[in-house]
Amino acid sequence: MKTVKTTIGRRSFIKRSTLVGGGIMLSFNWLASCDMTPQQVKALPKEWFKINGFLKIGENGLVTIMSPNPEIGQNVKTSMPMLVAEELDTDWNDVIVEQAPLNTSVFTRQLAGGSQSIRQGWNSLRMAGATARAMLIQAAAKTWNVDASEITTSQGQLIHEASGKKSGYGPMASLAAQMEVPKEVPLKDISDFKIIGTSRKNVDGTKIVTGQPLYGLDYSADNMLIAMIVHPPAFGMQLKSIDDSQAAGMPGIKKIFKIKTHLDNYSLGAFDNDAFNEVAVIVGATTWEVMNAKKALKTEWELSPNKKEDLDFFGSTMTVETPAGLESSNDHRKIFDEMPKKKGKIVRKDGDPEKMFSKAAKIIERSYTCPFLAHNTMEPMNFFADVTSERANLVGPIQTPEIMEGSISKRLGMDKEKIDIQMTRMGGGFGRRLYGHFMTEAAVISKEMGQPVKLIYSREDDMTQGTYRPAYHALYRAALDENNNLIAFHVKTGGIPESPLAANRFPAGAVDHYMAEEWTEKSNITVGAFRAPRSNFIAGAEQAFLDELAEAMDKDPIDFRLELLERAEKDPVGERNDYDASRYAGVLKLVKEKSNWTGTNPEVYRGTAAYFCHNSYVANVLDLEMRNGNPVVKKVYCAIDCGIVVNPDAAINLAEGGVVDGIGHAMYSALTFKDGKPEQNNFDQYRLIRHSEAPKEIEVHFVENQIDPTGLGEPPFPPIMGAMANALYKATGVRHYNQPFITDKPLAG
Amino acid sequence: MAQFQLNVNGEIHEVNADPTTPILWVLRDHLNLVGTKYGCGIAQCGACTVHLNGIAVRSCQLPVSSVGTNKLTTIEGLSEKGDHPVQKAWIAHDVPQCGYCQAGQIMSASALLEANPNPTDEEIESAMNGNICRCGTYTRIKAAIKTASNS
Ligand code: FES
Ligand code: FES
Repeated sequence: MKTVKTTIGRRSFIKRSTLVGGGIMLSFNWLASCDMTPQQVKALPKEWFKINGFLKIGENGLVTIMSPNPEIGQNVKTSMPMLVAEELDTDWNDVIVEQAPLNTSVFTRQLAGGSQSIRQGWNSLRMAGATARAMLIQAAAKTWNVDASEITTSQGQLIHEASGKKSGYGPMASLAAQMEVPKEVPLKDISDFKIIGTSRKNVDGTKIVTGQPLYGLDYSADNMLIAMIVHPPAFGMQLKSIDDSQAAGMPGIKKIFKIKTHLDNYSLGAFDNDAFNEVAVIVGATTWEVMNAKKALKTEWELSPNKKEDLDFFGSTMTVETPAGLESSNDHRKIFDEMPKKKGKIVRKDGDPEKMFSKAAKIIERSYTCPFLAHNTMEPMNFFADVTSERANLVGPIQTPEIMEGSISKRLGMDKEKIDIQMTRMGGGFGRRLYGHFMTEAAVISKEMGQPVKLIYSREDDMTQGTYRPAYHALYRAALDENNNLIAFHVKTGGIPESPLAANRFPAGAVDHYMAEEWTEKSNITVGAFRAPRSNFIAGAEQAFLDELAEAMDKDPIDFRLELLERAEKDPVGERNDYDASRYAGVLKLVKEKSNWTGTNPEVYRGTAAYFCHNSYVANVLDLEMRNGNPVVKKVYCAIDCGIVVNPDAAINLAEGGVVDGIGHAMYSALTFKDGKPEQNNFDQYRLIRHSEAPKEIEVHFVENQIDPTGLGEPPFPPIMGAMANALYKATGVRHYNQPFITDKPLAG
Repeated sequence: MAQFQLNVNGEIHEVNADPTTPILWVLRDHLNLVGTKYGCGIAQCGACTVHLNGIAVRSCQLPVSSVGTNKLTTIEGLSEKGDHPVQKAWIAHDVPQCGYCQAGQIMSASALLEANPNPTDEEIESAMNGNICRCGTYTRIKAAIKTASNS
């Protein structure tokens, strides 16, 4: 048993949301409540006792647990409360989950990003449950006049064995709420877990399959208007003027005006990313009316100038330069041709790679590229805002509520205390909703209208607004001696506008002579974090290169990686290697075993890959079949080491999603530009993976260990791109270097 | 603006809307039935799928003026208690991730099974290909359709 210090105060939950927006058919807490079983609805307690900011207990023993972090489909709304319930030692069937609003006085890091929710909540959420359990024990000890140390708990029951006294949590809740918060509380041993490590269904499941309102786009309030924006058609352009002579008089239209998301003297924050600061706004009664007026609105655009802006990156000021001009994908291709030839910035160098390359018997050199990608969350950007001179209430999908509260406070000139933010379940995040300019826009629009407003982006607005996955390039070189031994390794990456290099990741540490270099090129196309930033390209490129290298060295691709990892484990080169070679090898060995890698089936073409990012390890084997001359993904094996798995079936679901997503983006998706204008603005031109293209089967295996859990939202996404490329090569004899593979070279064998 | 009488989930609703308004927005903005989702507005994603006389259609492409007395069913009306075999199978397989596409997936799947109670894998894929799931729950959707098909 380990003991942890408590960091919560009993009174810290007091900040209450003032969001009482009535709304059609919506009650005050519609966002908050999750699926309740019919028994729970019947048994709703008469009174709730707040034990701490994370949980309250009803007099009948039902427990409400707050889920602090934004839910984007990664299932934290189920898995985070599971951690609390485990240490509270209650029955999961007695738990009701509520989505917590932004409340910095109770919760830390209410953010969805970096696959960190579970990792960072692991101790704090368990502590919250354990604290409540300790206070219930105190209450029972006082009531029964026995020593607290003699009281045990089980499944929501307090038990004093010696006297035979027993009570549910409910009757003790009122007294427990008044107990001193203990300074330290014990946490369970892993072997005593009853909830963690068992599969629990999505707490919103029934609501989702019956179409109940859950998402930002579903939110409504009395007197609410609909707003849409018109942003410049191309990067490098800005709004000059609007002519609303036709649109203003159209049915349902209330007002047409221009807004600036950020005021001119505002120092941008890290997530204030916004390509188009000034936009036209149309506000009306219904979505269709606003959409029609949007088509009728005449706008004039002009070229925007070079910009230099200060960006406040969590306390340190950076100057960001945005060049003028209208960029095309052809220009980007030229950059990819030319920049790798120039000297890059050397980020890591071990040994004497230049010398080894100069005396190599053979050099293998390959280049890989990927295009810009739009996040394309299924639910487009949107936000509800009700801003008066007194208060601001905001409801909607946002991954960074705390950071956005600061931006909005500055924009409205309103104290943070007067701003309430409620997070809806999100129709996907993938990093896109870290950047909440649409939330600020909604607030500014509501203030202008003096009325509640829901801002909606059309799919076209959403896809052409920016905040994309950058376009990347990677050049890999390997030097072999006359005996085909790997003697030096060189990686040089770059991108528009950032480089995807991870200089201290594998195979750094496994090769004596190693060099990592990078370069970048500015652009006015805005970019942002996209599921597994940078890894989402570099993993696939690296793993495809290692495949080619193994082939040149006449080695089995898995054994080749294992040899390198063994070297990195036993005698690592350099000190800054940021991966654990034995855990890395562990997932490769597991996937090798589960996929029966050494077995052969002439009709199945296999590719493998492995990667470490966001603190977790993933290895894949991908089986392709050729059907009527076309490659079909028959089966994917996925081995993962993410420490303790909290909710296994949900974790498998997330891993399956990562695999499908990775194959989809590597194969089909791209956002290209002509004169600053995105050439795709909806799913008729922007291709996302569909049912028939998904793997026919996915098998997920976890390494069993007792390591504190790490992330899972991102790690299964990057490596599969490499496994796909490697299997395609086996099936067709063609190596694919440029994503998306579908437009790179013909796929048929 | 014009007056329409719509049969939605077995109830007649009076709606006053522009005749070109897609049923998607009539449902969401006029009737507050927000289970039917907006994803693309151009019949490419399937998020807005509803049943028109039992057939799966994209409500973003269906003007209110074209519906007449035909019967519309939305996710809210698929079953009274959320216990349609497809809904039950979705829960059994814990299909949703973000969940946003799932109403459309369920409406497409239930129309498929109505017309073809025992679809092959290929038939499932072709019937469901118009429904995008950005989270990648395709393998679970297929498994859930098979479970529903067997029940
Ligand atoms: S919203 Fe109708 S198909 Fe996408
Ligand atoms: S579950 Fe998220 S789009 Fe399908």
